[in-house]
Amino acid sequence: MEVIKRIETRRGANLSLNGIAEKILDKTLSINTYGLRPDDFFGTTSKLCLKEGSNILAGAPVFYSKKTPDIKIVSPISGTIKKILRGPKRKIENIIIESSTNQESIIHEVKGWKKMDINNLKQLLMESGNWSFIHQRPYGIMANPLDTPKSIFVSTAKTDPLGEDYHFVLKEDQKEFQLGIDLLNRLVDQPVFLGLDKSFPGYFESIEGVQHYSFEGPHPAGNLSLHIQKLSPLNMNDHVWTVNPEDVVNIGRFVSSGVFSPQRTIAVSGNAVKNPKYFRTKIGAELAPILNKVGIKFDNVRVINGDVLTGNTAFISGHLGYFNNLVTVIPEGSHYRMFGWLPFKDNKILSLSNTSLSRLFNRKGFEVDTNLNGEERALVVTGEMEKFFPLDIYPMQLIKACMTEDIEKMEALGIYEVVPEDFGLVDYANTSKIEAQEIIRQGIELMINEVG
Amino acid sequence: MNFIRKSLDNLKKPFGKGQKLEKFAPAFNAFDTLLFVPNHTTKKGAHIRDAVDLKRTMVTVIFALLPALIYGIYNTGYQHYIQIEESFTFLEAFIHGSWKIIPMIIVSYVVGLSIEFGFAVYRGEEVNEGYLVTGLLIPMIMPVDIPLWMVGISTAFAVLVAKEAFGGTGMNILNPALTARAFAFFAYPTYMSGNKVWVSEAGNIDAISGETILGTLAAGGEVNYSMMEMFQGSIPGSIAETSTLWVAVGALILILTGVGSWRIISGGIIGAAIMGLLFNLWGANELMSFSWLNHLVVGGFAFGIVFMATDPVSGTQTTKGKWIYGFLVGIFCIMIRVFNPAYPEGVMLAILLMNVFAPTIDHYVVNGNINKRKKRWALASKELKTA
Repeated sequence: MEVIKRIETRRGANLSLNGIAEKILDKTLSINTYGLRPDDFFGTTSKLCLKEGSNILAGAPVFYSKKTPDIKIVSPISGTIKKILRGPKRKIENIIIESSTNQESIIHEVKGWKKMDINNLKQLLMESGNWSFIHQRPYGIMANPLDTPKSIFVSTAKTDPLGEDYHFVLKEDQKEFQLGIDLLNRLVDQPVFLGLDKSFPGYFESIEGVQHYSFEGPHPAGNLSLHIQKLSPLNMNDHVWTVNPEDVVNIGRFVSSGVFSPQRTIAVSGNAVKNPKYFRTKIGAELAPILNKVGIKFDNVRVINGDVLTGNTAFISGHLGYFNNLVTVIPEGSHYRMFGWLPFKDNKILSLSNTSLSRLFNRKGFEVDTNLNGEERALVVTGEMEKFFPLDIYPMQLIKACMTEDIEKMEALGIYEVVPEDFGLVDYANTSKIEAQEIIRQGIELMINEVG
Repeated sequence: MNFIRKSLDNLKKPFGKGQKLEKFAPAFNAFDTLLFVPNHTTKKGAHIRDAVDLKRTMVTVIFALLPALIYGIYNTGYQHYIQIEESFTFLEAFIHGSWKIIPMIIVSYVVGLSIEFGFAVYRGEEVNEGYLVTGLLIPMIMPVDIPLWMVGISTAFAVLVAKEAFGGTGMNILNPALTARAFAFFAYPTYMSGNKVWVSEAGNIDAISGETILGTLAAGGEVNYSMMEMFQGSIPGSIAETSTLWVAVGALILILTGVGSWRIISGGIIGAAIMGLLFNLWGANELMSFSWLNHLVVGGFAFGIVFMATDPVSGTQTTKGKWIYGFLVGIFCIMIRVFNPAYPEGVMLAILLMNVFAPTIDHYVVNGNINKRKKRWALASKELKTA
C-alpha cells in the first residue's frame, strides 16, 4: 500500500465521553417496523410511490426524488406500509413499514456490470435504490447522476465523539467492500480516495484500486471536508462524491447478488446506556427493541441518530436514520445550576475553555446532558471557532455571511467546501451559543435555491 | 436552593408568555440568570454544549480587573495622603480610596445598566453581559477627582452613541469604555488634564502638584519617580491604570483563561517597545529620550493594551489581524505621546483609532483567504479550457 498523503491537523478537540460501545456485535434483534424519513435526504423533495396499507417487497421503491424521479428510495424489508406520518403542510415525516413473516426481495439483473454502459449502470443503481448512498459536495446532498465527479471519497474511520469503529463494523465484509469500491471506480475518472486512520486497522489498507491517504488529529480530523480540501479541493462547478463505508459494502453486496442490501451495523452508545454495544440490523429499524436490549439508565433521555454534535433527535418510539451507524443516548439536562456562570465552578461539565478546570480533573470520560449551559447571546468572543475548525476557511466570517444571506461573500468564503457537520464542534464550544450548524444549513439551502 | 428557585419561578409567572408583564421579561431574566444558569436544553445543532457562556467570560474579565482596581483604590488614598504630607495607615488610604471610587462605580453601573435594560426591553432581547465589564472599566480609567455627574454623562454617551446606536452588544465599532473617557476628555478638558485632577482632593489644596509623569514630561519637566515606583504604580494617574504590576497579573489571568488575546497584548508590547527605542535613538526632547522601558510602564499603556485593546468586539477578529492590530496600537500609542504633547495619554487615542481600522485590517486578512480560493478557481477553469 502506498499512502499518497498524510493529513495532519492540530485544530480540533476530542470530547471524551462516557458510554462508548463495547466491541460486541449483537445480531439477534427482532425488529417489527421500519421507518424511512425523507428528512434524511437533505435538499431532496420526496414523492410517494405507494399509499398507506399497500404491500411492498424488499427493494421496491417507497418514494422518489421530485427533481430526479429515477432516483428511488426503496424498502429495506417486505411488508405493509403501516402509516405515513405527516407534519405541518402535509410534509412527510416518516413512512412506517411493518415487516411481514415472508421476506421477498426484488432481484435486479447485475451480471456484466463491469462492462455495462455507464448510463445503464447509473440507471441500475438508481432503480435499485443504491444511488441514495451516494452524496455529493458541495452541499452534502444526494449526488446528481448527470454529473461526472472530480473524485470520490470514502473514509474508513471517524473521529466523532463515541464514534463507531468501521474496522469492527465491517470486519466480515472485505469482499463486498472491494466490490463496492470497484463499482464506484467505474463512476469516476481517477481511483477512489480511501481514507485511513493513521494506525491502519483492518483490511482497508489491502483494498485495491484506490488512492490511500491517512489522517490524524483531533476531531474533526475525520470529516471528509478536510480530506477533500487537502486532496481534491472543490472549485467552481466541481463535484466530489462521498459514500459511507458500510454503504460501499451495501453497494458491493448488491452487485454480487442483485438484491438491495440495507445492512446497518450500529453502535449504541452514550452515558444514558447501561450496556453500550453494537447491533446488526437494517436501515430504518425501530429503536425501541434496540434500546430495550441495551437498557436505559434515566427516565428522561434524548435519543440521537448520530453523534452528540451533529446527530438528529429521534424518539424512543422512533426509527434508525438512513445513514447513521451510531445511536447516542444521553440524559436530558433540564435543570438549574446556581451561580453556574462562575469561572472554575461545576468542573464536572466538560469544557474546552480554560475558564473551567474540567479537563484537568477528569482525563477519562465525562457524563454529559443536553443543558445549553447558558443562553444565546450576540457574537462577542473571537478566535475560538478557529481553534476547532481545521479547514482553510474563516468560520465566523462564513457564518456571518450566511446570516446576512450575502451569496457572493458565502461563495468567496468557501460555502461550497463545508457541510453543517463541520461546525459541530463550533456549536459545542462557542461562548455565545450560536447555532452554527443551523445557520450553515440555512445558508446551504439558500445556495441550492438561488445558485443550484 | 430549591426554595429560592421556587420563589423565583413564582415571581416569574407574570413575565411569562401572554402574561401582562411579558414585555419586561428580559429585565427579570437578567436577574434570574444571574442567580441560576437556566434549564434550557439544546433544541437544534449540537446536543451537548460547553460549560462556558458569555457570563462566565465576562466575569473572568472582572476577576482580571480586580487586582488593578484594588490597588487603584489604595493608590488613590496613598497619593492623597502623601501629597498633603499627613501620616496614614494602609487601611486609611484604602478607605479614602473606596470613599472616592465606589460611588463612581455605582454611578457607572446604574446609568449604564438602566440604558441597557431599557434597550433590551425595547428590542425584546435578553440583556447582554458585556456591560458588566464596561461599567467597571469606565470609573477605572477616569481621573479620581472627576465629578460624579460627569461620570454619569460620559457613561450615558458611551452606551447610547458608541454601543446602542450601532445595534448593541457585538455590533459596536468603538470600545464603549474608552468612548466614555474620550467624551469626558474632549467635553470637559479642564477636568481631564492639568495637575490637579489626578490626586484626590488636590484641587482644594494649593501647594501641591499632582501631575502625571507624562504630563510632566510633555511640559519639559523632570520626573522624580523611579522605575520601580512606576512599575508598582505608586504614581498619580487615572484610578486603576498606574500599576503595571497588577495590570500584568490581570493580563496573566486573561491569557491563561484564554479570554484575552495574547496576540494583541504581545503585538502591542512589541510595537510600543520598537517605537520607544526608535524615539530613544532620536532623542530630540524629554519625551523622546524617556527610556523605552519606562514608556511601557507609565501612563495607561499597560492597562489599555491588556483590558481595552483586547476587547473582542471592537478589536480585530482574525488571528493575523490581532497581531497587526496590537502592534499598531503600540506604535501609535508611543507616537501620539511623543508627537502631541497636548495628548500625553496616547493609548486612548491609539486604541480608538485602531478600533476604527480593525474591520479594515480584518478585511485584508480575510481577503487573502478569498483571493487564494479565487486563484484556485481561475487556475482550475484554465486547466479545463486547455484540456
